[in-house]
Amino acid sequence: MNTNYQIALDHDGKSIWKFLLSELKPKGKFFTPFNIISIPVMILGLALIVYRFIYGIGSITNLTQDTPWGLWIGFDVVTGVAFAGGAYVLTFMVYILNMQKYHSIVRVTVLNGFLAYVFYAGALLLDLGRPWHVVNPIIGNSFGVSSVLFLVAWHFLLYMIAQLIEFSPAIAEWLGARRAHKILSGMTIAAVIFGITLSTLHQSGLGALYLMAKDKIHPLWYSEFIPVMFFVSSIFAGLSMVIFEGSISHKVFFSQISEKHHKEQNYIIRGLSKICAGTMFAYFFLKLLVFIHEQHWDLLNTPMGYWYLLEMFGFVLLPMMLFFYSYRTNNISMVKIAAILTMLGVILNRLNVTVIGFRWDMAIRYIPSWMEFIVTLAVIFTEIWIFRWVINRMPVLRDSPSWVNEPK
Amino acid sequence: MGLDRRVFFKLLGATGITLAIGKETAAKPTSKSEIEFNGILYDSSRCAGCRTCEYECAAAHGLPEPKAEVEVIRKTDETCNTVVNTYQTSKGEVYMKRQCMHCNEPACVAACLTQAMHKDKTGPVTWNGDKCMGCRYCMVSCPFDSPKFEFHSANPKIQKCDMCFERQKAGEKPTCVTNCPNEALMFGKRRDLIKEARRRIYEKPDLYVDHIYGERDAGGTGWLYLASVPFEELGMNTQLQQSSYPALTKGFLYSVPTIFVLVPTLLAGIHQATKNNHPKVEEDEY
Repeated sequence: MNTNYQIALDHDGKSIWKFLLSELKPKGKFFTPFNIISIPVMILGLALIVYRFIYGIGSITNLTQDTPWGLWIGFDVVTGVAFAGGAYVLTFMVYILNMQKYHSIVRVTVLNGFLAYVFYAGALLLDLGRPWHVVNPIIGNSFGVSSVLFLVAWHFLLYMIAQLIEFSPAIAEWLGARRAHKILSGMTIAAVIFGITLSTLHQSGLGALYLMAKDKIHPLWYSEFIPVMFFVSSIFAGLSMVIFEGSISHKVFFSQISEKHHKEQNYIIRGLSKICAGTMFAYFFLKLLVFIHEQHWDLLNTPMGYWYLLEMFGFVLLPMMLFFYSYRTNNISMVKIAAILTMLGVILNRLNVTVIGFRWDMAIRYIPSWMEFIVTLAVIFTEIWIFRWVINRMPVLRDSPSWVNEPK
Repeated sequence: MGLDRRVFFKLLGATGITLAIGKETAAKPTSKSEIEFNGILYDSSRCAGCRTCEYECAAAHGLPEPKAEVEVIRKTDETCNTVVNTYQTSKGEVYMKRQCMHCNEPACVAACLTQAMHKDKTGPVTWNGDKCMGCRYCMVSCPFDSPKFEFHSANPKIQKCDMCFERQKAGEKPTCVTNCPNEALMFGKRRDLIKEARRRIYEKPDLYVDHIYGERDAGGTGWLYLASVPFEELGMNTQLQQSSYPALTKGFLYSVPTIFVLVPTLLAGIHQATKNNHPKVEEDEY
C-alpha cells in the first residue's frame, strides 16, 4: 500500500538527492567531435558575455543608434522562436486532432520547443541594457499594456510554463514519481490548449513588434500583414525543424529508439512533408496577395528586389515543390533537403525583416561583429548540451517505463 | 426583508446626494479636455545657427559640452539632446534644430512594456530609469529616431530631450527657449502655437512655405516647425504618416482578447469531437 503514495521511487536504495547527483555526471565518450568544437565556443561565449556586462552592449556588438536591434534579436529570438513552433503544431495535431501516428515524436518536439524558449528568451536577457529591471512588466508595478513587447514577454513566460507541464510526465517517469505522473498527465490537455492559443498570439506578435517601424523596413517586407505572415510561416518553420532534428536524433541516439519507432519515422516524415507543402502554398499565396496589394512592381528591379525574389522563389516555392514531389514519390532524403532549404528560407525571411531590410537605405549598414556570432553559437551549443543531457536520461525518445501503462 | 422607515430615509438621502453630485461630475470632463499639451514652435527663418541652445541644453542636463561643428550634418546622440545643422538650400543657408518631437501619441510610449517612457499630461515625453529594462524597443518604434542609448555603459540610460520637464514643473520655460537670443523658439500651449504659426505664414507668405511641420505629421507633435524652404531640403522626413504610430499596432492588440476567448473554445471543441475516434493504426501501414 505504502508504495502507491510515495512521491518518488527508491533508486536501488539511493535517496532522491544521491540519484540526482549521479545523473548530473556526463554519460558516454567525452572527446566527440561535437564536444571538441562546442566547448571552446561556449567558453569564449561566456567570456564575451562577462565582458559585455562590464563594458556595455556596444563593447562586443556593432549596434548603433539607428539599428538598436541586431543579430541577437533578429536571429536568436525572432528566428529561434519560429523554429520552436513545431511544438504547438504537433501538440495540435496529436492532442487536438487526435492524429495518433505522430504521438511518438511529440515529447522530443515539446522538449526542443521548451529549451528553445528558455535559451532564446535567455538570449534576450543578454540584449537588455538594464536586465535587472526585467521583472518590472511581470510583477505589476509597471504594466505597459499598450506594448506588443509586453504581450510577447508575458506569452514567452506563460508558454514556457505550459510547455514544462506538457513535458513534465517525462520528468516524472525519469524520477519514478508515479503519483506526480498521474497528476501531471491529467494537466496535459489544458496545457496544450493554453499553449496553442499563446503560440498563435506570440508567433504573430513577434511580427507585430515591427509594425511601428513602418518607415525603417524595406517596403517589400513591410506590410500590415507581417503578424499573419509570421504566424503562417512558423508552422512550416517548426515542422521543418522537427524533420531536421528528427533525422539527426535518429542517428545520434539510435540505440534509444525502439524498432517500432524507427519504422514509424519515415511514415511520420512523409506526413509532415505534406503538411509543410500545404502551409507553404498558403504562405506563398498570401505573400503574393500582399505584394500585389502593395503595388511595389517598380522595386523588383532593384538589388533588394532580386533578394526578395530569391527568398520567394528559391526558399519558399522551390522547397514547397520539393516537399510535394517527395511526398508523392515517397523520397525521404529529398524531404530532408526541402526541410533544410525551408529553414534557410525562414532564417532569410526573419533577417530580411529584422536586420537586412531594416534601415536598408543607411549609408553605413549594420553588420554583426564576430563576437555577436560567437555568443549566438554559444547559446545554441549550450542548448544542444542540455538537450542531449535530457535525452540520455529521461524517456523522451525511448519508450516510457512499463509502469506507466500498467492498470492501477 | 425588513426595510424599516429609518433605513428607507437613509437610502433616500444617499440617492439624493448621489444625484446631486452626479450632476456636478457630469460637467467635469469638458473642463478636463481643456488641458492642452505644451509645445515649442521653432521658426527656422529666425534662427541664426548660433548653437546657444545646444550649449545651454548640455549644461542643463549634465551632458558634455557640444563639439565644434566638424561634420556637415550632425545627429543627436547619447551625449547630446539637440543639434542645429546648417543646410545649403535653394534660398541659401538655412538652419534646422533637431531634438525629440514629443509626439501627441508617441510610438515610444506605446512601445514601452514597463511604462518607463511616459507622456505627461502637460506634454513632455520623459524617461524613467527605475522602470526601463533597456530593451530599446522605443528606438525601433520612434519614427524620428529620438531615443538614444548608451551602448558603452554597464548601466545604460536612454537619452533624449525631455522638454525640460523639471523646469516646466517649476513654472519655467525650457532652457533652449529662455536662452535663444533670436526668439526663434517660442514656448506655449500647442493650440496657441499653431495659431501663431498660421499668423506668421499669413502675414509673410513669401517668407514661409505653407507647412507647419508637426501639426499633423506622425499624428501631431509637441514641437512645431516653420521654415522658408520645403522641409525635405532640411533633412526632415515629410513622408511620415499623418496618423499616429501607435495606431499601427492597435488592430493586432485588439485582436488579442478575441483570440484568447475564441481559440481555446474552438480547440476544446475539436478535442471533444475527435477524442473518441481511436483510429486503429495498422502495423503494415508503415
